[in-house]
Amino acid sequence: MNIIVCIKQVPDTNEVKIDPKTGTLIREGVPTIMNHDDKHALIEAVKIKNKVGGKITVLSMGPPQAQEVLREALALGADDAVLISDRAFAGSDTWATSNAIGSAIKAIGDYDLLLFGRQAIDGDTAQVGPQTAEFLGVPQITYAQKIEVEEGKIKVERQMEDGYEVIECKLPCLVTCISEINEIEYPSLRGIKQAHREKEVNVMSAEDIKVDKSLIGLLNSPTSVHKSFTPSAKGQGQILKGSAKEVAKKVVSLLKEKELMGAF
Amino acid sequence: MNFDFTPEQLAIKKMISEFADSEVKPYAAEFDQECKFPVEPIKKLSKLGVMGMSIPEKYGGAELDNISQTIIMDELSRVCASTSVTMGAHVSLCCFPLINYGTEDQKKKFLPKLASGEYLGAFALTEPAAGSDAVNVQTTAIRDGDEYIINGNKIFITNGGKADLVNFVATTDKGKKHNGLSIFTIETKDLKGFSLGKKEDKLGLRGSNTQELIFQDMSVPKENLVGGIEGKGFKISMGVFNSGRIGIGVQGVGIAQGAFDECIKYVQEREQFGRKLHKFQAIQFMLSEMATKIDAARLLCLRAADLKDKGRNYIKAAAMAKYYGSDVAMEVTRQAIQIHGGYGYMKDYPLERFYRDAKITEIYEGTTEVQKLVVAMALMGKTIG
Repeated sequence: MNIIVCIKQVPDTNEVKIDPKTGTLIREGVPTIMNHDDKHALIEAVKIKNKVGGKITVLSMGPPQAQEVLREALALGADDAVLISDRAFAGSDTWATSNAIGSAIKAIGDYDLLLFGRQAIDGDTAQVGPQTAEFLGVPQITYAQKIEVEEGKIKVERQMEDGYEVIECKLPCLVTCISEINEIEYPSLRGIKQAHREKEVNVMSAEDIKVDKSLIGLLNSPTSVHKSFTPSAKGQGQILKGSAKEVAKKVVSLLKEKELMGAF
Repeated sequence: MNFDFTPEQLAIKKMISEFADSEVKPYAAEFDQECKFPVEPIKKLSKLGVMGMSIPEKYGGAELDNISQTIIMDELSRVCASTSVTMGAHVSLCCFPLINYGTEDQKKKFLPKLASGEYLGAFALTEPAAGSDAVNVQTTAIRDGDEYIINGNKIFITNGGKADLVNFVATTDKGKKHNGLSIFTIETKDLKGFSLGKKEDKLGLRGSNTQELIFQDMSVPKENLVGGIEGKGFKISMGVFNSGRIGIGVQGVGIAQGAFDECIKYVQEREQFGRKLHKFQAIQFMLSEMATKIDAARLLCLRAADLKDKGRNYIKAAAMAKYYGSDVAMEVTRQAIQIHGGYGYMKDYPLERFYRDAKITEIYEGTTEVQKLVVAMALMGKTIG
């Protein structure tokens, strides 16, 4: 079973600073981490590999510093790491990114399963996984909370708002994972040593992955950010005390007062 | 001179720091207040390879450099000194002598089990009459054919009541004083003549296990004489302590760092006289002094570890690191309570735990006074052991 896991290096903060002019993220000076959902996708890949064997390749797009999260992925059990890094990718929106990632996956070649995190904490779009599946023309299952691998196919529990769907799918296919799929794990000391001493991060350019240059970069991105802003913080909550009946009465009167509730 | 960690050391720091914050810190107060042995953290540390961090790869360990080991001790001590001492005693007191002085058979037999965490280790030297005066060990080992018969008792043994493997010091020839001391290793499970004595109720490190070991006509096969030669016990013990001192020094640094981190949070939240605490010069001076001393102590520990990594003499550097690291632990935790005022004295905050945990770093693995003797001897061009 050959698995390609796509991961993203994201800023480690809830208060992401945004460039007021361009509306894009300011990344300088912010500590970076492996995106949480992506880490869970990687941990799932390692579990699958431990069960059925095979090879795990981690793939990321980003500046040279993104090698750090790929090293961490190698320490967590990935066999190979590929970073696609090129000025030509700069400013790509999710569509252009999916084209680049998809092209890199084609360049890596042989795969049975593609795992993504559901979404990245810096953009929260949840679009790159599904768009990459479209680019490659493979089936996709999103919001996976459980994956079972069988001969030539997989069975996935897909989280819904009020339960879950069970979907069976032939391989190859693409699955996006939610963090509930498994428990967080830490790289072992030996894993860290191997990642730094015995494994390499393979850096590839736009040319290396033979991507159509009219599909990538800021100029070819259909998304234009009109405006980004940080929503103002919510005020402190109010705690009402008393019996259920009293509290219910108070809630109703408060809601009426704020004209959030009309008279019946 | 290079003050940067390598990318590998940074990756180790990141991993152990996240582990400490998520898997140990939330339980540290409970371990302390309920005297609960940190079973789960130790199990998880074993899985990550931390319990075998000093053991060569060919025996199943992670074979880390000493700087990396120092980073790990620092980060764990920052959140829970009970957990860090349990790990530290295993690594530096039990694994170290076997790695450095054990016979090949002993290494093959015991190191893989210590590396995987299947075995928890301890080291037993202290007796009612032998502490700083290590030569005065009364426990006897009398050769009887292919075995040694052991009689005596050991007190204040870290991990004593929990250890699967114990290295202990006994005298094989009383007349030869320190040249008559030898170290044996025993697997404690179902061992005839081995029993546990008093479990200590301590000021700090209350989650760790400190217990008395009793040897009564306990027979130990001659293959378990560490290094295979009698009379090496004193030299090995001194080697163990020289090395272990770096660990205790940085344990002090980690405890101080944990207390200091709480202060940084607190002074930005707490208001008095209409201003945040960090706006007061008295507080600013205290924070600056604390930060400077923590830095200085940490650098002493890292220097000692670096000398050890380079295979150079680190005895004086390690003694200085331990003396100053424990000194800073006491001072910073005391000041941290002062900054927190009444809250610092209460068990709702971790400051009083840090303060109680800090004290032992001035005592075990060679008291502060012994460290100063070691430094003074080195200054005069002499070494001990």
